[in-house]
Amino acid sequence: MPFMPVKFNLQKRVKLAQGLWMLYWFSVIAGILIFSLGIFFKIELRKRSEMMDNNESHLVPNLLILVGLLACGLNAFGGKVCHDSLDPIKFSKWKPMLKTYLLLCCGFNVLLVLVSLLCFLMQFSVYLTLAEGLSYAIRFYKDTDTPGRCFMKRTLDMTQIEFHCCGNNNFRDWFEVQWISNRYLDMSNDVVKDRVLSNVEGKYLMDSVPFSCCNPGSPRPCIQHHLTNNSAHYDYDHRTEELNIWTRGCLEALFSYYSSLMSSIGVFVLFAIILESVDMAGLKYLSTALETMAEPENPECESEGWLLEKGVKETFSDLLTKLKTLGRTNQVEGGDAPEANT
Amino acid sequence: MAVGKVTFSKVEREKLAEVLWLLNWISVVTGTILFGLGLFLRVEIHKWQEVMSEQGILYVPHMLITTGLAACCINFFGGKICLDCADTNKFLRWKLVMMPYIICTFFFTSCVLAGALMCYGIRSQMEESLFMGLRNAMRYYKDTDTPGRCNLKRTVDLLQIQFQCCGNTGYRDWFHIQWISSRYLDMSSSAVVDRMRSNVEGKYLMDGVPFSCCSTFSPWPCIQQHLSTSSTQDKQSQQLNLWRRGCRQALLDHYTGIMQSIGLTVLLIWLFELLVLTGVRYLQTAMENVLRLGDPESESDGWILENSLAETARSNFNIIKNLGKCYQVDDDPNINVPTAAAEEELPS
Repeated sequence: MPFMPVKFNLQKRVKLAQGLWMLYWFSVIAGILIFSLGIFFKIELRKRSEMMDNNESHLVPNLLILVGLLACGLNAFGGKVCHDSLDPIKFSKWKPMLKTYLLLCCGFNVLLVLVSLLCFLMQFSVYLTLAEGLSYAIRFYKDTDTPGRCFMKRTLDMTQIEFHCCGNNNFRDWFEVQWISNRYLDMSNDVVKDRVLSNVEGKYLMDSVPFSCCNPGSPRPCIQHHLTNNSAHYDYDHRTEELNIWTRGCLEALFSYYSSLMSSIGVFVLFAIILESVDMAGLKYLSTALETMAEPENPECESEGWLLEKGVKETFSDLLTKLKTLGRTNQVEGGDAPEANT
Repeated sequence: MAVGKVTFSKVEREKLAEVLWLLNWISVVTGTILFGLGLFLRVEIHKWQEVMSEQGILYVPHMLITTGLAACCINFFGGKICLDCADTNKFLRWKLVMMPYIICTFFFTSCVLAGALMCYGIRSQMEESLFMGLRNAMRYYKDTDTPGRCNLKRTVDLLQIQFQCCGNTGYRDWFHIQWISSRYLDMSSSAVVDRMRSNVEGKYLMDGVPFSCCSTFSPWPCIQQHLSTSSTQDKQSQQLNLWRRGCRQALLDHYTGIMQSIGLTVLLIWLFELLVLTGVRYLQTAMENVLRLGDPESESDGWILENSLAETARSNFNIIKNLGKCYQVDDDPNINVPTAAAEEELPS
């Protein structure tokens, strides 16, 4: 008893072949899109790899690129098979390969499910990498003369300007690090000397933030220095002032950007999985419809197409017995040997 | 003596019609490109309209948008005509429309050329507009509580950050204006009051710049205040960590670049349109001559102008002169003009 059988006459077969050919070409476009999304994600990670201490994992974009290329190849082949399916001579070329091709598509679908899962789960890894990377970035902000870290200041400034954020969790992170290099501090100045001496580690800490934390939308000129000292500025209360500097932390800003990117890619891959499954079902119907034609010379005859030759349970039990016998090919049956001897 | 005379056989006429049909469809595409370019320029100008003093610059993108739309319509119509022109019977339908259509297309093609030339000629007007606009924007930078100017501070800050520029011509422009609002100045402080009194107009001027002038490329933290007397700079070469370029120059370069590329594209489109126009004129004259000869299979001549340029100009001028004379009566036979014979009859 075949699973989900459908009767086909010539017109239905032609329609199925044409519709399936269109669908395969849509799937090729979807494959190209997945490939470009993978490349875009890789570029975005590379652009801000300094914020992640160059430690970020490129597993997801690399997988996306691979899967995109595979999708293009497999679906183009499927489209070619559909195009040739209505010509019996051309189709007989492809017939023996169809079973392997459908198995490959099944495996590819499983890979797509894995990639989609990774898109959602790897967001945790991105969060942790960002948290660690940003704390290093803030610490090495002043080291513009250390090889390997010269551009940290510029990258962090541009990130804070672009993402409208300040510091790791908030602007107070800047109060805990010395972000002005000793090269630019006038050590002969008493105020500077006092401040350095009053700190346990000899760091020059102050309640100021870099200029990139300034919010251009603030109605008053930016207050960067003595942020917690209300009397240092006229008509200023640091508890109620919200527009002066960005209040969001860069960890939150960057993570929300990357997580929305990864979530959208994950949703698109799910859509691609559905498209691939429909393609596979259509191809199975088409191939079985063409195989079960009662008179192969008469194209007008009716035929039947199905998804599985037997029911679902029977197919599974067949598959299990096949797997079991595969494992037993090298075992010699215990009962035969003693019988042969006697 | 016809200008540009070419003889066409029947096969050549049909081929010309087909080629022109295809070219007209390509012209529809170039018309959409023209429309798109106009729209793009409009959006770009709109982005920084607040720092431009006059809105007259908008006529360039508006011209491009209208010519783009006109191109689509005219060439769509032209494609239809050219397809019918291959056959003499169908051509009869369009015979009367062809001449006005060609004149229309000629005017429209000159508009495209005007649009292209405008793109190159607008630079000086834009520079003037940017100079005045930026000067006003910087003057009203501090007026974040005045309705209509609340966003100028934000616009100028974003402009300086994005285009990596400071001030109108340079960072010193900020020294001549009061960019900190009096609302945020402590009037009870003697330092503030002294500074304001020492200025003729009572403005609080200082040698400092807003934070958006700070350069992200500088290796040391941004110094915005006391720029004329910075002692920390003595250790380094006298390089300031502010953007060096003036915003007027930055914006001018940005817009000139865009308009030069747009102008070049529009010139190319104009050349293409001219080609199509010439082809349509040849087709029209060839088909008219075929009708005049009476035999659809015969060869016919096509030209750009029937007589030489001077004669055509003279005849057109005469037509325009006679248009003005339509109510003068010189040769009308129905008017009763007293003659010598009638006068002689009376006495007898």
